[in-house]
Amino acid sequence: MYPGLRPVGRPRRSTTEETLSQYQPATVTGWKVRLRYTKRDRLRFASHRDLTRVFERALRRAGVPLAYSRGYSPHPRISWAGTAPTGVASEAEYAELRLEREVPVETLRNELRAALPEGLDVAEAVPAGAGSLEERLLASRWWLELDGVAPGETSEALCRLLSRDSVEVERVTRKGRRVLDVRAAVVSADSVDPTEYGVHLDAVRDRHSVDAPHTDDCPDRARQYGIIVMVVRHTTPVVRPDDVLNALRVVADLPVPGVARATRLAQGRLDEGGAIADPLAQDRAAAGSRQVGSTLG
Amino acid sequence: MVTGSWLNSGVRRGTVVPVRHPVATLWHVPVESVYPRLEPLLPHVSKPVQYVGGEPNATVKDWDETTVRWCLMYPDAYEVGLPNQGVMILYEILNEQPGVLAERTYAVWPDMEELMRRHGVPQFTVDAHRPVAAFDVLGVSFATELGYTNLLTALDLAGVPLRSRERTDEHPVVLAGGHAAFNPEPVADFVDAVVLGDGERAVLEITELVRRFKAEGRPGGRERLLRRLAEHGVYVPGFHEVTYRPDGHIERVRPTREGVPHRVFKRTTTDLDEWPYPKQPLVPVAESVHERMSVEIFRGCTRGCRFCQAGMITRPVRERSKRGVEDMVRRGLEATGFEEVGLLSLSSADHSEIGEITKGLADRYEGTNTGLSLPSTRVDAFNVDLANELARNGRRSGLTFAPEGGSERIRRVINKTVSERDLIRTVSTAYASGWRQVKLYFMCGLPTETDEDVLRIATMAKEVVRAGRSASGRRDIRCTVSIGGFVPKPHTPFQWAAQADPDTVDARMRALREEIGSDRELGRRIGVRYHDGKPSLIEGLLSRGDRRVGRVIERVWREGGRFDGWNEYFSYERWVRAAAEVLPPLGVDMDWFTTRERTRDEVLPWDHLDSGLDREWLWNDWQDALQAREQEDCRWTPCFDCGVCPTTGTDIEMGPSGRPLLPITPVRDGSPVPNTAFDTPSGDR
Repeated sequence: MYPGLRPVGRPRRSTTEETLSQYQPATVTGWKVRLRYTKRDRLRFASHRDLTRVFERALRRAGVPLAYSRGYSPHPRISWAGTAPTGVASEAEYAELRLEREVPVETLRNELRAALPEGLDVAEAVPAGAGSLEERLLASRWWLELDGVAPGETSEALCRLLSRDSVEVERVTRKGRRVLDVRAAVVSADSVDPTEYGVHLDAVRDRHSVDAPHTDDCPDRARQYGIIVMVVRHTTPVVRPDDVLNALRVVADLPVPGVARATRLAQGRLDEGGAIADPLAQDRAAAGSRQVGSTLG
Repeated sequence: MVTGSWLNSGVRRGTVVPVRHPVATLWHVPVESVYPRLEPLLPHVSKPVQYVGGEPNATVKDWDETTVRWCLMYPDAYEVGLPNQGVMILYEILNEQPGVLAERTYAVWPDMEELMRRHGVPQFTVDAHRPVAAFDVLGVSFATELGYTNLLTALDLAGVPLRSRERTDEHPVVLAGGHAAFNPEPVADFVDAVVLGDGERAVLEITELVRRFKAEGRPGGRERLLRRLAEHGVYVPGFHEVTYRPDGHIERVRPTREGVPHRVFKRTTTDLDEWPYPKQPLVPVAESVHERMSVEIFRGCTRGCRFCQAGMITRPVRERSKRGVEDMVRRGLEATGFEEVGLLSLSSADHSEIGEITKGLADRYEGTNTGLSLPSTRVDAFNVDLANELARNGRRSGLTFAPEGGSERIRRVINKTVSERDLIRTVSTAYASGWRQVKLYFMCGLPTETDEDVLRIATMAKEVVRAGRSASGRRDIRCTVSIGGFVPKPHTPFQWAAQADPDTVDARMRALREEIGSDRELGRRIGVRYHDGKPSLIEGLLSRGDRRVGRVIERVWREGGRFDGWNEYFSYERWVRAAAEVLPPLGVDMDWFTTRERTRDEVLPWDHLDSGLDREWLWNDWQDALQAREQEDCRWTPCFDCGVCPTTGTDIEMGPSGRPLLPITPVRDGSPVPNTAFDTPSGDR
């Protein structure tokens, strides 16, 4: 249906575009902007293909002058950086759009936000600076909810996982059965007290407005949740929250639900302290200096 | 607030499936969303996004601020049901009304059904995930008969008794519509009421009747409401009694209540420009079968193809004006962002202003990466011109034509007037203008059909490839032949015809395949797609069945029958077995309903349901068919008295629309939607 879309996780386009983008010319090659967007609530059940469709249509509804590829079957010039799996929510998904011309980023963000369905939101829009965005997305911080598991059990299981050198789990991918070393990918993992994060939970889950009351998505406060916050390196194939859950099953006899309720909180490079660096910081800095430059000029 | 229990005022928790753990209410939730109970199931089913709703242009209203609540169902999977125009139109019309709420529900796949049963989750709407049983009316749109078993699943999951007579004041009115509802007799036991024909005005009238009834405090309960519906021209099968003769034939059908009319007439929406729906088409998040926006450019068709139920029951032709079409396309694209617009109708090239419409739209949307398509094109060189116009921006993949019959004789029988020379000329034009593939649609098992009629398809396909090669000067020409089994439908001249048995159909299709393959060189360039004849036989049983067939449907459903329109779920054996068990004690069998030719005097199960077509005219047209005599189109030849216009009080509505053609400003900015927010002072537009 969308033959032009790049399968997630493959190496990206040629470097020519990258070189051009450093100068941000408002010429035929267009103008690139990078987005951080969120995938929340019910839309976490959308697949990557679903999201690309929703995004493309929202861009058209918003009247964004999106650039299209040339040729027999033109497709919009959007690059998707490794996207969260179906069923997983995210506060930090990234995409790069190529437009036909430069537009004010705040206008772009606002118009696109208004056009996107509830659950999808553009958190940031920054003109693309030099360098590849995808190369900066090397690890994720995850929020994992274990429905019905006590916090004590959760931290016990995590201790066991972290004390091992290697914990292998199997996953069936499109290429067949693959064995993943979960332990090798996990940089850090902590069991956290849900009450401490109560405010955060609401921020992640709820985006209800008063004028459009939704009867859905009410978090159930009465239940017990084991909550894990963890940093996982992006390996090939990528270790998903479900793989971590399976690893916990391997190391501990944890009565965990079949599928975790997971949210990606951040993506970026790992700094030395094991924290995740904002992948758009460079672009933001470059855009700022250009702005200063043009004001001075 | 009205009182009383009928039609669900306020909260009715627990009547269907006990609510396990009440949700902490962040706001007032009168009828609870089942979403908290549904969500844990979603990771375990295929394509969970189809159950979550939240599509752009979906509407969620406050339950308590409305008094009449509709649940609209398309009884097939979400991916098929969402693009359905009928549901989308009624959904929007109803939600535009103050005090009225409409939500949607679709058939859930068996993996979800199993989990819902295990966890006690009832059939829900995708909009606000409200239980279907809580609504006043459950409106089900039957585009095909193969959704009947899915209706039963939905009713059962909703906690609504399958049979109309077992329902109480607690339950919604189950209302059927759509083309298949022109013979609702096979599902007469399962539905409470049926609307024949166009639904736009009908749903508003029914809404008003329900509103008034509830406001009066529901005098007389369910029975009285159904009486009021029946008195206003809605068919209530429970108020009509069918008696049978000892030989199995219907003796008579008559109303059992005073004031209930004997005949029920179809509804006809006139002046389509007054009904520009959907204005805000739904945009699915999940992938659907039609990834495009549809704009209905006219309704009805008088080409007179004798196999075509749609063409017979939607008369007369009512065109939307050129201006009306352009407005709908513009507004629809602004509301949806779709990449393609389909100009929908039963034969789109027949719109009297189609040339201007396509040219205008192609001009306006050039450079916006917006595709335009004309489904349902006839074999006509003019259609190639139109297709060229629409494909101006690139995409020139395949063209589809539907000659339907292989030989000239059989085409005269079905009144699909096109000569082989016309076809060759048409495809030659297409190939010469750069099209590389032509798809041809045919039917097998038509009345009076012989083996030779079908084998003739092979000759035609080969001729098409040869003509394509010489017209284009290339050898990489392809032709795809797609063949479906013919199913005689009610309210058509073929309603009396014997359906061909599956063995005959399969044998002819096999012979055709061999015939095409016999020419190795050309045969390789011809793709053949066909379905075996067995599903058609079951479709035939359901199409022309009477109330006795309802027991077969229920038996099949109880034995696990679901999604009969899907090869991977359809079981011919299950239907045959159920029919063999259920029907003989009633004096009939599968063959009686399918492969038996009906006589002129036989009472047909749908004779009391009036599509406007004069029975005498239909019979004469059937006789003409047997003599291979053609019938003209009343749009450009004198009226031939099919009876529809006088019966329904309508007339042909077609152009020229007389309105001045407004200059259309081209959009051209990558997106079909102009947004001034992106016009910068130094803008380069």
